[in-house]
Amino acid sequence: MSAPAEFLPRDRAWHPAAVPSAYRSTTYRSPRRPLVIVPQSIGELSGPVFGDTPLDPLDNDLIRNYATTGDAIGERIIVHGRVLDESARPVPGALIEIWQANAGGKYRHGNDKYMAALDLNFGGGGRVISDGDGAYSFRTIRPGPYPFPNDGCAWRPAHIHLSIFGHAFVQRLVTQLYFEGDPLIQRCVIVNTIKDPKAIDSLVAKLDMESMQAFDCLAYRFDIVLRGHKATPFAGS
Amino acid sequence: MALKETPSQTAGPFVHIGTVPAIAGLKTKRTEPGNILARDGTLGERIRIEGLIYDGAGDLVKDALVEIWQANANGQFGSNDFSGFGRAAADFETGLFFFETVKPGKTPYRDGRMQAPHVTLSIFARGINIHLQTRLYFSDEANAADPVLQLVGAPDLVATLIARRDPSRPLYRFNIHLQGDRETVFFDL
Repeated sequence: MSAPAEFLPRDRAWHPAAVPSAYRSTTYRSPRRPLVIVPQSIGELSGPVFGDTPLDPLDNDLIRNYATTGDAIGERIIVHGRVLDESARPVPGALIEIWQANAGGKYRHGNDKYMAALDLNFGGGGRVISDGDGAYSFRTIRPGPYPFPNDGCAWRPAHIHLSIFGHAFVQRLVTQLYFEGDPLIQRCVIVNTIKDPKAIDSLVAKLDMESMQAFDCLAYRFDIVLRGHKATPFAGS
Repeated sequence: MALKETPSQTAGPFVHIGTVPAIAGLKTKRTEPGNILARDGTLGERIRIEGLIYDGAGDLVKDALVEIWQANANGQFGSNDFSGFGRAAADFETGLFFFETVKPGKTPYRDGRMQAPHVTLSIFARGINIHLQTRLYFSDEANAADPVLQLVGAPDLVATLIARRDPSRPLYRFNIHLQGDRETVFFDL
């Protein structure tokens, strides 16, 4: 029996490290010992599969999915793109879950103590499954920036959180997307846990005028890259 | 064309909105995926896994999301009658997370040796820039020959990965220490 193809190792220098940084929440939440590298066996190469999950038609429409009296307030936008692997192959059937603050920077969450107003027509959560080409799309409102305690008061740039399941446990990824042109990106201690400017740029959704909906929504493009397989050795030789 | 993996960012303190919306207080019909994996007819011994997560200052981490992935009682992943995936939020007041599942069977290691029954965990929270991955092994199983525990090596490190069985019921307690003298072993998979 041949073992399933392994995935490329995670480039830990490209990702933000789990080390203390100017982002103060890391101080007591970052392990000190090095990670133990484990070869990928069946449990790592398999993973939960969500491609057949029955979704509600409004699950990827955050303007309406928690609305009761009307559309959510704020700049109407589409966020769309493709889920690819590191070989640029589409990843179909990927589950993408998102969560975000409302247009005023307030989360619909009991633990958010920010003074900004709630929008009772906005929940801030949604999900979608990538199609056969790896494509996905959400409709939402552009979230507002908000302050948080970090050596005094720091500000988050407008951002949307994303959780992605590909086809294998080792492809699991949670990240955040930012918006092109936001001057808070370069000032954010959470963004700056990433060292490589190219890596940071890959988290910035780009304005996509070709995909705007006339007299309705602006559009932003954001592609997601999951870990890909190692080159398969030539079989049968 | 070679692309780079999208870099990780912290899940933040409001992860519940997108992953377990009812816990955030949102009205939702969503129930899946949750922390109850064992259903009527699921093969295997019913067990409960519960634990607390501590930071390096000894404080409880009450905003974490924990995900598990495991084989079924026969050592198979992703079987039709048992998804093997679960998701639990730490309680906002007590910090406790728990799963109701079945004891997994042994599974093959990459080289064909068998691995002791185990559950893989991922931890997401504010202050964790990239999710932490670890394994839970069971105190009443033969763990000494497990290839991954042999990689870990030192007994005091292996001990951080062993969930203790309650003497009176099928409950395993597994506390996670993000940092400090009892720091849990975390893996790069």
